[in-house]
Amino acid sequence: MRRTNRKTNDVILQTTVQTVFFIIVIYSVHLFFSGHYTPGGGFIGGLMTSSAIVLLLLAFDVKTAASILPVNYLYVTAFGLLAAIGTGIGSLLYGMPFLKHWHGPVHIPFLGEIELATATLFDFGVYLVVVGVTMTIIQTIGETE
Amino acid sequence: MSNPLVMLPLLVPLLTAVLLIFFSRKVVLQRWISAGASLITLILSILLAADVHANGIQIEEIGGWKAPFGIVFVADMYASLLLVTSNLVCFAAVLYSFHTVGRDREVFFYHSGVHFLIAGITGAFLTGDIFNLFVFFEVLLMASYLLIVLGGTKIQLRESIKYIVINVVASALFVITVAYLYAITGTLNMADLSQKLSENGQSGLLTVIAILLLVVFGIKGAIFPFYFWLPGSYEAPPAAVTALFGALLTKVGVYSITRVYTLIFIHDKGVTHEVLAWLAALTILFGVIGSLSYWDVKKIVIYNIVTAIGVILFGVAAATPAALEGSIYYLLHDIVIKGTLFLLAGSIAAVAGTSQIKQMGGLIKSHPALAWMFFIAALSLAGIPPFSGFIGKLKIVQGGFEAGHYGMALVVLLSSLFILQSMMRIFIRAFWGEEKPAPQKGVIKPVLFPAALLLAVSVLYGLGTEFAAPFITQAAEVLNDPTIYIDAVLKE
Repeated sequence: MRRTNRKTNDVILQTTVQTVFFIIVIYSVHLFFSGHYTPGGGFIGGLMTSSAIVLLLLAFDVKTAASILPVNYLYVTAFGLLAAIGTGIGSLLYGMPFLKHWHGPVHIPFLGEIELATATLFDFGVYLVVVGVTMTIIQTIGETE
Repeated sequence: MSNPLVMLPLLVPLLTAVLLIFFSRKVVLQRWISAGASLITLILSILLAADVHANGIQIEEIGGWKAPFGIVFVADMYASLLLVTSNLVCFAAVLYSFHTVGRDREVFFYHSGVHFLIAGITGAFLTGDIFNLFVFFEVLLMASYLLIVLGGTKIQLRESIKYIVINVVASALFVITVAYLYAITGTLNMADLSQKLSENGQSGLLTVIAILLLVVFGIKGAIFPFYFWLPGSYEAPPAAVTALFGALLTKVGVYSITRVYTLIFIHDKGVTHEVLAWLAALTILFGVIGSLSYWDVKKIVIYNIVTAIGVILFGVAAATPAALEGSIYYLLHDIVIKGTLFLLAGSIAAVAGTSQIKQMGGLIKSHPALAWMFFIAALSLAGIPPFSGFIGKLKIVQGGFEAGHYGMALVVLLSSLFILQSMMRIFIRAFWGEEKPAPQKGVIKPVLFPAALLLAVSVLYGLGTEFAAPFITQAAEVLNDPTIYIDAVLKE
């Protein structure tokens, strides 16, 4: 993002970001999964994740951040939409009304019985869309000369 | 009872729009997907209309939640017919855009935008929940922001700013109005709102909200005095986009006004419907003045949108069975014919190299097909008997006389004359006379087909009124008697 020839020394910023990045990402994942019973959910989780990536952008530059996370965020948005619409169409395929959600205990190896809901898949779609849209906006504006 | 067929006309364009994001670089593939999906949506909406015709109002309770608590999609005949015509225009506009929009726009998600637009329109027609209506308004507006600015020419940038500012203000007003409505009634489901109002009466506050909603939808649907944003904004984008906008976007506003003024706010007609009638008459007047005062093909057709909106809304305001039926006839006719006219106007501007009719002339020698199609479309727009605009206007005027609005009904009648004059002026100046500049030959062959498709439907609609009549009658029944709608949504 910065276009000066003078070499600056961002050692402290970059080292801090390398640690803080993971903490923010874990917090955003926590927010995402806590959405059903406590405040949180896909929207705020997605914003938090993208804020972590924005921190990477600030500490390094657009190219480095893109090489760390080589993702086309447009596709992230599209996949998110597909996930959200897919949960609705899935219920249509089972002869249920559109977006009829299902939840119940599921047995997962090592973790045991866990209450899972298909609404989480919808939320995951929201999460991806938010990350994709935010990052597309920021990257597009950041790269515009 | 849920019927998944109600959701499909919404889901197909939505999924298509998302899928097209993945193929943004492959223009040919995009075109195939886009046209195929529009055709499928058109077929699905025809199936839906047939289903509604056979089995009455179809509803889909989203997520399986019952009506006042969950969101319901309601397909009555009125909404289904609008879906069929909108998807028809969308299909034609997509075909038209293959040769006119250009690769530069198509790689930047033009087709995605079109399908998001049609998804928003479909949702707005089908939803039975007033906040959901707001959401779908935003879906279609966001898509229209993309389509209006896509390409980034100077005029597009300037007009899109106006368009966005106006619509953001209108949307904010919409949210505020919905908030007032919710504070008073405690519900947002349209059928439930209607029932609550018929039980508790329409207090003064609710009448104020009715007028506020008229303002909101009036800004979206370009009625007097809120149409000022429309002429500039609709001139900026390419012809295919203008055809979509002119045929569909304002009609969503008209549909919403019709829906709330026939379903919910029906207990104080002396105020609400009187205001609507006056605004409709003034809309006709100003639309006519606009269409007579310009020498620009696009501008003339754009002002004819305003006139037509006035005519349709006058039918709603008169609120007699004949007038409501007439406004449905006219609305369906107007969607198709405005689509046709914008496609033709785009072709005229393309072959003449200008949209100023004073600089055109003699196009009929080099482009006879275009000329005669335009002639038929113009007659149809003005409401000459064998064509489609006639029956709607006849019934609207009849309803206007029945309701005692003699002066305004005369305005509707006279407007036909001036519409005809404005269209014939294009015909005479552009097609007759000496050939002025050397017209460009051959460029319109492939793009005439979608316009011809729409025109054929329009002519058939005019000639086959007998065939369309049972559908229109069924649609008008629901508008005349809201209890049919309420029973379908709230009681099983």
